[in-house]
Amino acid sequence: MYKLTHNQYFAALKEDNLMGLKCLECGTMTVPPKATCDRCSSTELEVASLAGEGVIRTFTVIRVAPEGLQAPYLVVMVELEEGPWLMGNLEGLEPDQASMDLIGKRVKLGHKVVAQMQYTAGEGVVPLFSLVD
Amino acid sequence: MREVAIIGVGMTKFGPTHLNIKELFAEAALQAIEQSNLKSVDIQALFVGNVLGDFAEGQMNLAGFLANEIGLGPHVPATRVEGACATASVAFRDAFLWVAAGFYDIVLVGGVEKVSHMGTSLATRAFAMATDSHYEELCGLTFPGVFAMLTHLYADKHGIPLAALKNQMARVAVKNHHNGTMNPLAQFQSEITMEKVLNGPMVCDPIQLYDCCPFSDGAAAVVIAGREVARKKIDKPVRVLGVGQGSAGALSRQKDFTVMQSRAASAGQAYKMAGIGPRDIDVCELHDCFTIAEIVASECLGFFDFGKGGTAVERGETDIGGKIAINPSGGLKAKGHPIGATGCAQIYEIAKQLRGECGARQVDGARIGMTDTLGGDAGTVVNIILGL
Repeated sequence: MYKLTHNQYFAALKEDNLMGLKCLECGTMTVPPKATCDRCSSTELEVASLAGEGVIRTFTVIRVAPEGLQAPYLVVMVELEEGPWLMGNLEGLEPDQASMDLIGKRVKLGHKVVAQMQYTAGEGVVPLFSLVD
Repeated sequence: MREVAIIGVGMTKFGPTHLNIKELFAEAALQAIEQSNLKSVDIQALFVGNVLGDFAEGQMNLAGFLANEIGLGPHVPATRVEGACATASVAFRDAFLWVAAGFYDIVLVGGVEKVSHMGTSLATRAFAMATDSHYEELCGLTFPGVFAMLTHLYADKHGIPLAALKNQMARVAVKNHHNGTMNPLAQFQSEITMEKVLNGPMVCDPIQLYDCCPFSDGAAAVVIAGREVARKKIDKPVRVLGVGQGSAGALSRQKDFTVMQSRAASAGQAYKMAGIGPRDIDVCELHDCFTIAEIVASECLGFFDFGKGGTAVERGETDIGGKIAINPSGGLKAKGHPIGATGCAQIYEIAKQLRGECGARQVDGARIGMTDTLGGDAGTVVNIILGL
C-alpha cells in the first residue's frame, strides 16, 4: 500500500541513492516519499531513482541550534534536476564563507546519518550536499 | 449560517511571568466573560489553544483542566486545539462554525502558552517540532532558519540586494517596537533603533536577534455568540465577517515559499465570505514572527504587490495612519508571541481597534480589520475578518 516507506528511503539514502515516487497519472516526481503525488494527489505511483543533482535555491547558516545539535551548520534547499525541491545540509564550505553567491550553484547528493534523539522515531538519514566544481 | 459576533475579549500582559498555564488562561478567560456581561456558567463550550504544555509543564489533556479552572460544569465540552503558531485562530474558526451553525449560542475561545522557563535550547527544539519532523527537522532546521532561507530566496527572486532588504526588515522591527510602546500589554514597550537591529547577534544568516519575535508567556480569550444573544448582552458587538483556513506539507514541497499557497487560499476564503477585498481592510494584525514574515504576509494578503512589501514599510504605508495600519499592537515582534495564544491576541487587538478603545495606537475610523496567523512553516494558516 505505502509504496516507499521512510525506512526504505533512508536505507537507499545511506547508499547515496535518492529514491522517490513517480506519478503514473501526471509524471511528477515526489520526494521525500508520501502516500500521494505532490502535484495531482494521485495514488498511482511507482518507485523511481533520482540523479541526486540540482542547484541551490536558498540556504542559511544555523547559529543557534536546537537541543542536541552543534552550531554553526549550513542548511540548503536544492531544486533537483527532476523538479522537486529537497532540504539538506551542505558540506565542504565553511559556514562563514556562505553568501548569496551560493544560490544557483550546482550540488550533488551524499548523506548524513542522524542518531536517534529524544522525541524522534528512530535513526534518520538526511541529504548532505556538496558543491560540484 | 447565522451571524456571529464577538462580545468580549480578554488578555494578559505578554512576557515572562510566574503564573502557570492554568492561571494565565483563567486571567484572560474571566476578563472576556466579564466583559461579555456573562458568568462562567453561561458558557456552552470551550475551544482552547495550547502548543507546548506537554513539554513545558508536563500537562496533557489540558482542555478539561482549563474548563474546570474557570468553573465550567461537567456538561461543557472542552477541546484543545493545536496548529503551531496558528493554534488559537484554528480554535476561533472552529468555535465560530459551531455558533454559526446554531449548535451553540455562547462559546469561549482561548489560547495560552508558558515557555519562559524552558530555556532557549529546549524551546528552540520544541518549536522546531512544528516543521516536518521526519525529514526536515533532521537537517537541524529551526524557525529562524526557515525565515532566513525565505529572506535569501526573496532577495534572489526579486533582485533586491540583501543589504537593502535587511534595511527594510529592520524598519519593520522599528515600527512594531514603536507601536509596542503604546500597548500596556506588550512584552517590549521601548523603541528600538535601526542601528541596534542591524548590529544584533546573528541567529541564522541573515536573520539577526532583533528580526525575531521573543519567546513569550501569555493568554488571550474571546467570547463569541449568535447575533440575538450578542445584541442583548452588549452595545457594540464585533461581527465575524469572514474566516479562512489553509494547509500545507513540508517546506520543500511548497517550493517557492515566498508566496505561501496555504495563506493565499485561506485569505481568499475569508475575503470571499466577507464579500470584500484587501482594499477594504483598515487595520491588520498579521504574523510577524520575523521581520521578513511581515513583508511576505503583507504581499500575500493583497495589500502590496509581490516584491514591494518592504518598500511599503519604508514609506510608512503600514504605520498607524498609513495606507493600511499593520500590527498596531506591536505585533508578535514587540507585543510578544505566546504561540498558543497569538491568534486570540490578534483578534483581541482588532476587536478593540474596531470598538475605538486603543488609545494612542488607535487607527482612526477603523471599521474593518483582519487577522493573519501562520502555523509552522505554513502547515496551518488562518485568516479572520471582523467588522462593526
